[in-house]
Amino acid sequence: MARAVSRNTKIGWTIAAWFVALLIFFPILYTIITSLKTEQEAISGFNLIPSFSLSSYETVQSQNNYWRPFTNSVVISVGSTVLALIVAIPAAWAMAFSPTKRTKDILMWMLSTKMMPAVAVLVPIYLIFLKTGLMDTRIGLVIILMLMNLPIVVWMLYTYFREIPGEILEAARMDGASLRDEILYVLTPMAIPGIASTLLLNIILAWNEAFWTIQLTTTNAAPLSAFIASFSSPQGLFWAKLSAASTMAIAPILILGWFSQKQLVRGLTFGAVK
Amino acid sequence: MATRQTAGLARLMRAPAIILLLIWMIIPLGMTLYYSFLNYNLLNPGMTSWAGWFNYQYFYTDPAFWESIWNTLVLVLGVLAITVCGGIGIAILIDKPIFGQGIVRILVISPFFVMPPVAALIWKNMIMHPSYGVFADIAKFFGMQPVDWFAQFPLFSIIMIVAWQWLPFATLILLTALQSLDGEQMEAAEMDGAGPVSRFIYLTLPHMARAITVVILIQTIFLLGIYAEILVTTNGGPGYASTNLTFLIYRAARLNFDIGGAAAGGIIAVVLANIVAIFLMRAVGKNLD
Repeated sequence: MARAVSRNTKIGWTIAAWFVALLIFFPILYTIITSLKTEQEAISGFNLIPSFSLSSYETVQSQNNYWRPFTNSVVISVGSTVLALIVAIPAAWAMAFSPTKRTKDILMWMLSTKMMPAVAVLVPIYLIFLKTGLMDTRIGLVIILMLMNLPIVVWMLYTYFREIPGEILEAARMDGASLRDEILYVLTPMAIPGIASTLLLNIILAWNEAFWTIQLTTTNAAPLSAFIASFSSPQGLFWAKLSAASTMAIAPILILGWFSQKQLVRGLTFGAVK
Repeated sequence: MATRQTAGLARLMRAPAIILLLIWMIIPLGMTLYYSFLNYNLLNPGMTSWAGWFNYQYFYTDPAFWESIWNTLVLVLGVLAITVCGGIGIAILIDKPIFGQGIVRILVISPFFVMPPVAALIWKNMIMHPSYGVFADIAKFFGMQPVDWFAQFPLFSIIMIVAWQWLPFATLILLTALQSLDGEQMEAAEMDGAGPVSRFIYLTLPHMARAITVVILIQTIFLLGIYAEILVTTNGGPGYASTNLTFLIYRAARLNFDIGGAAAGGIIAVVLANIVAIFLMRAVGKNLD
């Protein structure tokens, strides 16, 4: 778009785009604003200027022990992602660098496991968790979320690894690099950006997961998604408090998400749109 | 390049991922299938017996089942219609030369990162609440009676929330596709006298066809499993008015402790998800290389 555009047209489009963007962002913005109000202000009509009171944040922390679900969220999302990476990196590596005739089929099959509705296996997983004592434990959720996101992790890594040119390996070999040197000094530095984006996107997906976390936890291992869902009951209906809890639950991932917009497209479309 | 040694190593490297996914697929699904033929209620586990096709029959003849199938369809199609049409419009708008494009992008993409229970509770309490929500404030400002959204239009309210969550995804992917559109081709068409509408229909839309297909496919998979949004807003009600298939199975398993019935519902959900997947893959196969 190198064409010259008249200043007025540009201003016109800018106003339209900003209007739409602010409209879409408004529920989040209004939640942040409300979290800074007192409970009294929060229910006394539309008002965009809060009194910047932090009391709701203190209440959420002291009454509901916010840090426990927060730590659970961190442990579960990071743990399941790291575990998935440990299993997926070798698999994606092998499929990208020494593909066989069946590699495509294996990848498609992995994708198809993602189409299985979670609710279809609710009954057995629930019963297994009850019987093995995994119910309401972090380790149980780490395992489930790891298995759930494994296909996406393999696919994402595969599309990244495949872009590493094979000629570079040959060149390194010509220069007398051993297999160890190849992996350590040639492939790893080229693979790290792909691994990092995969890590980021999957932490986001695991953080926001809200089916298994609600089904398989009660209090001890409940991450933020399950913790917030418990606010739907009537005794939780305090607007400023709800807003404060919501803001704290989404802020870290919102910021991570802003950094990973580009990878998001690639990761969630399994490389079909870049 | 692949000597026998590296081929063996490659197999070893692939094995853990494949074995784990095989276990994850086969064991729970096999158990679901088995339970679906049992009379098995957690309130009365001693009375477990073989049920044959009874659970399926029971599920299939329950009026709530058909209502939930209908709700699932309306929910998926409603959200798809809003997000695809809205996504195209917003993507084109953001792609125009504007000031602060980066910030606009960030604002538009944000709802996608809001976890489902938070998104639903924000909308339920801050926006659509009949006495304290923003919609009620607007209605009062114009001297109208505020609408009790979740009581009067439960399914529509959930569609709004879910559409808000998925609009960024559609926009972002369509924007990515739009930005790879050849600018010179556009200019040539413009010079040849093609108006904005025909340029959109004959150049922009065909170029985005693949991305639109991908958006529909991926969103459908996720939209079939909508759960938390229903749980924290209407809890499936009033009656079964906002219960989708996922929520119906959850009700059977967790609220009625009916393991057999929920398992039968689970198998039906698998069959439906597969029909959708095959149908979509066929219908759009020509767009996916």
